[in-house]
Amino acid sequence: MAEAQNIPVGSTTAGQIAVAAESTVATRMSVPPSFDVADFPVPHGREEEWRFTPLERLRGLHDGTAVATGDGVKVDVQAPEGVVVETVGREDARLGRAGTPVDRIAAQAYSVFEQASVVTVPKETVLTEPVRIAVHGQGGTAFAHQVIELGAFAEAVVVIDHTGDAVLAANVEYVLGDGAKLTVVSVQDWDDKAVHTAQHNALIGRDASFKSVVVTFGGDVVRLHPRVSYAGTGGEAELLGLYFTDAGQHQEHRLLVTHNTPHCKSHVVYKGALQGDGAHAVWIGDVLIEAKAEGTDTYEMNRNLVLTDGARVDSVPNLEIETGEIVGAGHASTTGRFDDEQLFYLMARGIAEQDARRLVVRGFFAELVQQIGVADIEERLLTRIEQELEASVA
Amino acid sequence: MATLEIRDLHVTVEADNATKEILKGVDLTVKQGETHAIMGPNGSGKSTLAYSLAGHPKYTITEGTVLLDGEDVLEMSVDERARAGLFLAMQYPVEVPGVSVSNFLRTSATAVRGEAPKLRTWVKEVKEAMERLHMDPAFAERNVNEGFSGGEKKRHEILQLELLKPKMAILDETDSGLDVDALRIVSEGVNRVRETGEVGTLLITHYTRILRYIKPDHVHVFAGGRIVESGGPELADKLENEGYEAYVKGGASA
Repeated sequence: MAEAQNIPVGSTTAGQIAVAAESTVATRMSVPPSFDVADFPVPHGREEEWRFTPLERLRGLHDGTAVATGDGVKVDVQAPEGVVVETVGREDARLGRAGTPVDRIAAQAYSVFEQASVVTVPKETVLTEPVRIAVHGQGGTAFAHQVIELGAFAEAVVVIDHTGDAVLAANVEYVLGDGAKLTVVSVQDWDDKAVHTAQHNALIGRDASFKSVVVTFGGDVVRLHPRVSYAGTGGEAELLGLYFTDAGQHQEHRLLVTHNTPHCKSHVVYKGALQGDGAHAVWIGDVLIEAKAEGTDTYEMNRNLVLTDGARVDSVPNLEIETGEIVGAGHASTTGRFDDEQLFYLMARGIAEQDARRLVVRGFFAELVQQIGVADIEERLLTRIEQELEASVA
Repeated sequence: MATLEIRDLHVTVEADNATKEILKGVDLTVKQGETHAIMGPNGSGKSTLAYSLAGHPKYTITEGTVLLDGEDVLEMSVDERARAGLFLAMQYPVEVPGVSVSNFLRTSATAVRGEAPKLRTWVKEVKEAMERLHMDPAFAERNVNEGFSGGEKKRHEILQLELLKPKMAILDETDSGLDVDALRIVSEGVNRVRETGEVGTLLITHYTRILRYIKPDHVHVFAGGRIVESGGPELADKLENEGYEAYVKGGASA
């Protein structure tokens, strides 16, 4: 593709495939995972996992100064019949099974949250309507914990919708029983000032399928850690992401797929468009294939489309392979810009500048949006993309 | 009757922190129904003329006027020029990833015609135009110019020419890089548009080969950033035999 050859000023696209004893995935984190915030020193910004993040804009989430307020977020769960929705205390045994906090903010959230929300789809329950979880920011600060669990052979679509203004640090767990199928769409459609950090841990049961769609539009800083590991053989993970980073916004998606079990698949596609001064998108795509994970099949891709000057992309795919007995492993990262020549070509056919931009951006995202499979979400995303484009003209 | 009038056109580009004058006073009038061939050696400024007329931002007009039916073309944005009836078939058409040919053509036709073409007649219109240019229907679902061969890119340009029906068509080295079969197919496309009598054609080329298929009414020799000689089709025969040598020397001292 032409976009691969067009690397705008201020972007980096680095990638590597390591087949070595030394783990770059492990060394990416300066401190081992822990549930206790005390195990993490306050980051200073030069650590590998923090070096892209504007710490001064995290509103104290990273250094312990952020304190939960009563007006953090309002959570409303709408679930079809058969789904069990509970609010539980910290001691509930179902919490913390899908993964351990990997950075200070996730550990901070785990250390101080007071109540967790647990949504359970019992075994063999197949939902025909999505579970909808609305997380609406009320202007304050919140630490949250959410568990979504599907019993064996259950099937569900869950939409988690973040709106309003808040400073939110969260841990979200997806626990899939054997043969379960979960599609979860997490939309970050925050107001301009919001700060949102979250670690998403998915634990995929034997022969289960997990599809995650992460959509980030709003907020001042959004920093997410979607992570996947497998509890049995035959699991599949499809991780799709879409972000539209505007002037002044920092949107960071740090993925890790750990192939810790034989014969599992993972497929990652994240696409982002950027426009405006100071727009900064960061994409880290780590895939680790452990020695025992024979028969692994994995591919990850990140594409960025830079629409204006002044935007910056850091895209770092990283694949680490400890066994050669795999089906396939690959990655790709491209950052292209909507350049003057493309604009000239379209305008020379009578198409006005804004229409030309819209045509290209819609085209860029269309294929990904069509894979979401939740009609009202697809529609809404396309509408939001239009709005983002129009906002840039104003 | 549509007329394109170019008067004393001077154009500069910025290169290596210096301003360089490429066009040094071009005078040319093209009327609807006429075909003018502009022939010249590499570096003479032929393509600069084409891109300046279409409004490419790289080129700065320092002097002169361009009128289309009396309207000041130089005051128009690139898309306004296209909607006013100017069409540039590009030597190097640009790839536009993510935008399908069918979506592109329809968006473009909607813009130029001022209203969306009726879907049923439009599909038929595109299909027939593609068949005439020996283009596979699957072409419509590919992304604009992405992975196209040289011949496919040029056919795609002529497809747009046929669908957009401009008043003035500027064909910038449409013949370059084409084998004989592709050249014939592309030329037939241009001739179909010419035969309507509703288009003025400015055919920019380095070689006389395409003039065997597309017969010009006027031939101009372009050298050193201006037209240095004009004549009828016989001038092309002279160039075929003698080359540009005589003009290049003159151009170099200018």
